[in-house]
Amino acid sequence: MIRSLPCSKTYSAVYRFYITLFYIFLIMPLVTICVLAFNDSTYIALPWKGFSLDWFFANTDERLGLFKDVDLMLSVWTSLKTGFFVALFSTVIGTIAALLFEEEEFRFKGPLYFLAISPLVIPGVVLGLSILLSSTNAGLYFEENFGIDIELLRPSFWLVVIGQFSFGATYVLLLVSARLKKFDRTLEEAALSLRATRLQVIWLITVPFLRPAIIGAFVVAFLLSFSNINTTIFLVGSDPTLPVDLYARIKFSSTPVLNAVSFMIVAFVSLAAIIGFVNNQKNGKS
Amino acid sequence: MKKRSGTFYLLMVPVLLWLGLLIVIPHLDMVYRSFRFETDDWEMVFSLNNYLTFFQDQIYWLTFVKTALYSIGVTFLAFVVTFPVAFYLTKVVGKKYSSFMTLLLLIPIWIGELVTVYGWMILLRDNGVINTFLMNIGIIKEPIEMLFTNFSMTIGLLYMSMLFMIVPMMSALDSLDDSLIEAASDLGASKWTIFRKIIIPYTTPGIVSGGIIVFMLVIGDYVAPNILGGKSSLWFTEQIYNKFLMSFNWNEGAAFGFLLLGLSSGIVWVALKLSGQKLEKVGS
Repeated sequence: MIRSLPCSKTYSAVYRFYITLFYIFLIMPLVTICVLAFNDSTYIALPWKGFSLDWFFANTDERLGLFKDVDLMLSVWTSLKTGFFVALFSTVIGTIAALLFEEEEFRFKGPLYFLAISPLVIPGVVLGLSILLSSTNAGLYFEENFGIDIELLRPSFWLVVIGQFSFGATYVLLLVSARLKKFDRTLEEAALSLRATRLQVIWLITVPFLRPAIIGAFVVAFLLSFSNINTTIFLVGSDPTLPVDLYARIKFSSTPVLNAVSFMIVAFVSLAAIIGFVNNQKNGKS
Repeated sequence: MKKRSGTFYLLMVPVLLWLGLLIVIPHLDMVYRSFRFETDDWEMVFSLNNYLTFFQDQIYWLTFVKTALYSIGVTFLAFVVTFPVAFYLTKVVGKKYSSFMTLLLLIPIWIGELVTVYGWMILLRDNGVINTFLMNIGIIKEPIEMLFTNFSMTIGLLYMSMLFMIVPMMSALDSLDDSLIEAASDLGASKWTIFRKIIIPYTTPGIVSGGIIVFMLVIGDYVAPNILGGKSSLWFTEQIYNKFLMSFNWNEGAAFGFLLLGLSSGIVWVALKLSGQKLEKVGS
């Protein structure tokens, strides 16, 4: 049953067979996407008609490759920008929140913490629509009372950033808090007794200790943003993010260029995962 | 009460702004809007009409109930499918393979739902990879209709959510001391007894947090039901989306959003109560 206990041959064989099936189930859609990205065909289907890089580089009437498709490249760029800003804001605010909840005592701390982690149990759609409602209301208010039109409050690039940040910060808070729990408070006390100010202590002692978690949280927030669609779809303006663009194409006009984009994402994620894995192995952590 | 340092406010104010402006006010707005109704002469009045629409029109509350039941079902399915894997990776396979196999589990998570759902679409459709393959080897003559059914939708929902359950279950199993299982086995307990009396009780916190994450992902999902599901497999999020971006009836959309929030919070609350867990634990 476990490593140290012997068990029957059939049991192990059946178990191993199940695990194999599970991994096939896991990898099948990814492999299919990647293979068909190189199929020399205008349809996203078998049969295999030979190897081709057309869906990456071609620019003909019938085939528009990924790197020649201006709209698609633009949405990739939008997603990268969105991801960067979301990760930046989420990391800053999420870390501040972690410091607040782990190190300070105040009234209503419990309810406030509950609120801070509530995005975990709010469906992304609800988060998106409620922010859309509020920002539209605020926009109308400013326009009617002050005659100013605030771009930020209409569906636009920055509204997407704001929407994704609203739950991104929660994940940063959780990741940074987990690390902060392992922090040796006597280091802070020592610095305080040596007359460092509270701010100096945070900046010079606590934050450097938290650095690995903060970097990790930045990456997580970026990836959350890069793949989000549920919240984004309510807030997106004239410049779609990659998932929104992909969604529209899958729904209405799919060509194998979708496979080419997906292949790039799969390749990139796998590469990043392997680099991270090798690094961890080197450092002796698992 | 002792005097607060400036640093305290430096930490407090951004957090209050975040939670106040982006969580509290928008949700209050949503609740407020859900009780507004536009009369025939363009006047906004307070009314319960938006909720009445929901209860009067069968398609809405049927979808609502179906979404709830399916989400619970998929969550349970995710547990059944992934628990053996989590156990295998933490307790059975050698350490050397386990870290690599765990890494493989994380890749589909980070690739994102849209790409994997698209992959399933290519696999499952009539001229898709699975049908082509089965016809080529002669098992079937006609393509089996798999895409745009409840089956394809369930596969998509399961695939995109189940991996989020493995990670918390693995960390719970990791801290389970092997000697407990050995002792039970020495005393003659069967595998089933060990599973029921030791492994499951010990990993309940991991199962509950994983289950809640999966449930929330599934019930709030839009892409898998919309791309893989057919006409008959409507999802409640799709109806919210339609209210907002197709028929532009934001008041009804707000009411529907509030109903979805109530539904998901209610089910999560019941799950937490039944298992004796706290939401604060789910996050960690």
